[in-house]
Order: sequence, then structure tokens, then C-alpha cells
Amino acid sequence: MAVMRILAALITAASVLWSVSQPARSEVTPAEQGGARPGDGNHFSPLDQLTPANASHLKLYAAFPTGSRGAHSGAPLVMGNMLVVLTPFPHVLYALDLRKAKPEVAWRYEPASRGMAAGLTCCGTGGPVSYGNHLYFNTVDGRTIALDPASGAVLWDVQAADPALGETLTGAPVIARGQVVLGNAGDDFGARGWITARSATTGAALWKHYSTGPDAEVGIGPGFAPPYPTDRAVDRGITTWPPSAWQHGGGGVSGPILWDASAGLLFHGTGHPAPWNPDQRNGDNRWTSGLFARDVTTGEARWFVPVNPHDLYALGSTSALLLVERDWRGGPAPLLIHPDGNGHVYVLDRRTGKVLSAEPFIPVNATKGFDLAAGALVRDPAKAIRSGATTRGICPARPGATGAGAAYSPRTGLLYIPVRRACMDMEARDTTFMPGTAFTGGNLRLSPAPGLSAGALVGWDIAAGHAVWEQAEPLPVEGGALATAGGLVFYGTTDGFFKALDAGNGVELWHFRGSSGIVGQPISYLGPDGRQYVAVLAGLGGVPGSASGREIDMRDATAANGQAQALRALPPRADGGGMLYIFALP
Amino acid sequence: MTALRCAALVVLALAGCKQEERAMRLDPPIAEAMDAVALMPDGIGGRPPEVHVAMGNPYRGNAYQISQGKRLYEWFNCRGCHADGGGGSGPALMDGWWRYGPDLVSIYVSIRDGRPNGMPPFRDRLTPEQIWQLTGYIQMMGAYSASAAAPGRNDRMFSRPSENRAPAAAPAPGQP
Repeated sequence: MAVMRILAALITAASVLWSVSQPARSEVTPAEQGGARPGDGNHFSPLDQLTPANASHLKLYAAFPTGSRGAHSGAPLVMGNMLVVLTPFPHVLYALDLRKAKPEVAWRYEPASRGMAAGLTCCGTGGPVSYGNHLYFNTVDGRTIALDPASGAVLWDVQAADPALGETLTGAPVIARGQVVLGNAGDDFGARGWITARSATTGAALWKHYSTGPDAEVGIGPGFAPPYPTDRAVDRGITTWPPSAWQHGGGGVSGPILWDASAGLLFHGTGHPAPWNPDQRNGDNRWTSGLFARDVTTGEARWFVPVNPHDLYALGSTSALLLVERDWRGGPAPLLIHPDGNGHVYVLDRRTGKVLSAEPFIPVNATKGFDLAAGALVRDPAKAIRSGATTRGICPARPGATGAGAAYSPRTGLLYIPVRRACMDMEARDTTFMPGTAFTGGNLRLSPAPGLSAGALVGWDIAAGHAVWEQAEPLPVEGGALATAGGLVFYGTTDGFFKALDAGNGVELWHFRGSSGIVGQPISYLGPDGRQYVAVLAGLGGVPGSASGREIDMRDATAANGQAQALRALPPRADGGGMLYIFALP
Repeated sequence: MTALRCAALVVLALAGCKQEERAMRLDPPIAEAMDAVALMPDGIGGRPPEVHVAMGNPYRGNAYQISQGKRLYEWFNCRGCHADGGGGSGPALMDGWWRYGPDLVSIYVSIRDGRPNGMPPFRDRLTPEQIWQLTGYIQMMGAYSASAAAPGRNDRMFSRPSENRAPAAAPAPGQP
């Protein structure tokens, strides 16, 4: 037995040595890895071997079971000849060697985990990211870890978030100018939101700024120039809340953080205010449910745009963000595109934060259009939320009309938005803040939007501000989209299909049926053999996936944050847990 | 004459009513003894406190205690994770499947001490009596037979069949 173990260790060591002696494929830029490109959020791959002409010949090249039943919401990462997969909490990080005939595990790393954090989150985790010759990832129980990708050896490991305060880390970190930038989740537990930067080489804390509280802690100083004048007042992070409510007011930075190297700016959304019950937090609830631009070296805020001020439906603004360079009504403009949970596509001038357009991509009734001069949505008073009362038929429903995975193709000029089309009944109830317990005060009951399928992938013309086509799906689309230069769009569905569409007209060209629903982000990469591959993690779990597991009872319409009722159509099936699928032409 | 007959009938009818016993406040020594559960080493199952047995399992079939448990269930944010028994970031409580055991002592200890996968301890927030009231309500939620003592309806959003007609094994609407 011991001999076997020594032998295995020797083989592992030998393969590690070999991989070290092989020169890393430095010519593969992150952009070539498609969805793995950190920073711009476009989920666009410049690879063009796969095209509408040959997509129907795509075949499963390899499948790798992750051994986890959680929500596989992240993206795999390709780094040199290695494909890295982070499984849901409690995490295991697998590094697969792509030079083998079929991917084989080169090493695995399993961080010690605090099981307590499992109760603090619904929705899986972000993926790993690479920078230089290091690998970085966040754990749901609040740690940020840097590894040596050759061996899996730990370079540093810090406790960045504190689960005892309700904080978790559910997004991927971003590497910007030698810093690891990350933000917390935990809005539903009354955790105060923050974004922080740590040294990429040592893990040492550099700066940290909050989404609520005094200006100094939010990072608001002389350099702050909000596009709308009300936010120029002092300490809005305190004065827009009832006394002391900002201390557990949410606003987590759980969504994408974008890095614009030429401007030296970071862009990120902030989560919803806590609790859900809006009558317990009268005021605009700054700086939750909006978009920040921050200086990368100091973290100081440059501008802030409120997207859902006094967020009635606890949507937050942590859905997809994309940096897009294109013409806007007559001239080239640096744009920030943000399809929000409230159902509108925000187009912003990212130099100033001014909103240029905000057209709805699904039918909405909670709002009645957008006031461009004020930069604010016009709310429908009939859909207001009052403590102790139930408001019916609010569209869109929590957790929002879209998640984090929209894609943009500069070839077609279209934005590809994975969409949830659900409406909800919401009842607000008074609640009390107790650390470690959910701070929500709301009961939800979701149903598909009347007359529409519950999900879709929407091809959106940014300049015209309307949908060009849509591919309807019977269930909300929770995963991300990937656009490729070859003219394809890939995405997975909650009922377990992985599809390729023609990026121009949205016609379905190919699909594959997996063993579980897909809530992850697909990527495309060039293999060591020079061929284009597409990879995606399948595995439901979390929300809405937990609704398919044995521990959700669908008879309760409010289960899984109200999604149980909308997902009763989800076929009960033998769910073997997570799988990594890799596709290629035969 | 009619009035007299009516009055007599009312007296007779009332005499037939059996008032459920309600202990509004426990004697302090009993309240303290209520916390003395003997737990198995694996943290699941055990013996309820002797005073609990001596009082005839007072939290199980008593409408007052169960409705108190239902109020505590909302007031102490149980709904935030377990919804109305259907689960969310915490497991469902009404499906008849228990991670840490279906018996009263297991449920009591889960609430009092917490459990390792996210359940926080409530021993500093609730008295033993309140934990027992919650325990009675939660066990009734996942029971395989309906209880006449269970609450009949919600005074809130209707989210599931009411507790007194919802045995755990019944299928969800629209599901086989």
C-alpha cells in the first residue's frame, strides 16, 4: 500500500517536473481563452475555428465529474496547458492536464473549509483567475488563496471575509495592477458590503471601502464627481438610512468587478440594501444597488450611479457589466453596459457615469420608463411595497431579470442576455437583525411572466435599444453566454441543454443534453493541439437548483426565495451532480 | 320558554367543551429543568428531560404551544433560510427528511446548539421553553400525519397547504 502511494507520488512529481520543463504557452493571451479574460466582462472569444457552418458537427470531447452537488456557477480557467476547475463549496480545485489524450488530473487542492458558511449562501462561487504565474480564487467561507499553478502549492492564504458577520465570497477576484480585488456577498444576512484590494504577491491588505456609512469609509473624497447632483451631499451613506441601519445595510460587491487598464479605473455594482422590507429602511439607501467607478490604486470613488435607489424588490445591481468600445450616436465612446435585474439595459459613458440609454429587455410593470435627465427609473406606485401587505404581479421578480453572464460580440455588435422572465407576489414583514440569521423580512412567490416562457436568450441591439431576436427557454436561464469570433453564441439551460446559436440571427445550430442543469459560464480556448475547444460546467444546486434537490419542498410556494412555485415544471430527475464538459469538432 | 330552553342548551353545550390546558408561564424550576436533555454522543437523538416526560409531552399536541412556536418561527428569522418549511439556503422542514434526526431531542438540540453546516445556535436568544415551542411546531411541520392541534390558516401570504392538513408525504401540486 505504502509502495503504491510512493509510486503515485513519484508519478505526480514526474508529471509536475515535465510540465515545468515544458515552456508555458505564453503566446496564448487571456483573450484567446474566451470567457476567462479578466477585466472587460465581454465573454467574447476571438477564436473562429467553430462557425455556423460546422457547429452542428460539435461532439463531446471529454467529461470530468466534479464530485459536487452544489451550483456550478463559475467558469473553468485555461492557463497554459492546464484547465483549472473550482467546485462549489466545500471547494476542491482541480488542475487538468490538457496535453493528455483526455484531460487528466495533474493535481488537486482542497482548502480546509468552515461548514458554517454553507448556510450563508445560495449560489455557488466564482471561478479561479490567473495572473502572471499565479492562480487566485475565493472560497465561500471567506478566504482568498494564491497557488503555484505548476504544483498546487499555496503561496498565500488570507481570511478576507468573516462568515461570523454573514460575509461570504461568491464572486471571482480580479487582478488589476498587481492587486487582487474582491468584494463580499451577504446582503441577505445583513452583512455590510465592501470591496478590497490585496497585494497579488503577498496577500497583504492595501485598501478597503464600504457600500454604506461615512464618506471616508466609502472612499468618497475630492475626486468624487457623481453625474447626478443629489449625491454631492456629505455622508449620504448615513443620511439616506434610518439611524444606524447602514451598519447592517447590505450592498455587497458579489458581482463582476471590471478593470479598465487605460483609464486606471475599476467598475463594480453594489448589492441590494438589507432587509428586503423597504419600510424598515426609508431613504435612498446609498450606496447600495448602484454602480461605482473607483481608482485602482486607492480605491477612491470617481462616480456613482444609483440604479435601484431604495431598492423596493431587493434586486441589487450586481448583474453583468461589460466594457465596450464602439460608436454611440455619432462618435466613438467608451461605454459601460449593464443589463440590470430590473429588466433594463443601462448604457453609460464610463468616463462620467452619465446614463445614455436604459431600455427594457423584458416586459416590466414595476417601472414605467426611464427619465434620462434625472437618470432614474419612473416607478409605478401600484407596485409599491408596504410592510404587512402583499403586492401582486410584480415584473420582473427577485432575484432579477438577468444574472452575471451577458456576452458582447464586436463582430455582430449584439449583446447576448440570459434572461429570467418571472413575476412575483411579494409580502413585506417586519424583521429584526440577528447576526448569523437571514435579514430579509419578505415572502416571495414567483410565477412565469404571463404569456411568456420563463426564460430566454435575447440578442440585443445596443444602439437601437431593442431585441433583434430571442431564443425562448421553458425555465429561467441562469448561466452565462459566450460569444465567439466564429459567429456563435453558446449557453446552457436550467433543464440541462448546452446550445450553440448563430450569433447573427439566433437560430439554434446544435445542442447537447447533459446530466444536470447548467448555471455556469462557458469558455472557449485553443488546446495544445491548436484546436478550438468549448468547455462548460454543468451542475445545478443553489438557486434555483436547490429546488431540484431533495432538501427543497416544492409544496411551499415561498421555498428557495419563491422560486419553488415557478420551477414546479422542473422535471424531477436523477441528478448525479457536477460535470465538466469539453466539446470540439471530431 | 324558548329562551329558557336555549339557555339550558347553551349550558349543556358548554359543559361538553373540554378546555385545552395552557401553561402560560412555566414555574422557574421547571423551566430550568426543561433544558436537561440527554444527548447521544453523535449529537442526534437522546432522552428528553424528565420533567418533560412527567408533564406528558406538553409541546406536541397542544394548539397554544404550537401556535406560539409558529410565531417564534417568524420572529427569529427561521423563514429567511427555511422559508415556510420548504427550504432555501437551509433545508426543507416539511418534507419528512431530517438531516439530524426527526425526534424532539434532535430538533431541540439543532435549534439550541446549531449544526455544522450553517444552522446558528439560538441558546442565547431563546429560553428553553421557547425552543420547545419551536421544536413542537417544526416537528409537526414534517410529520407524516396531520395534527388537529396544528394552525388552520395563515394570516399572511398563502404559500402552502395549512399545517393541519399537510402531511409530509403528500406530493406537490403538479408533481407526480
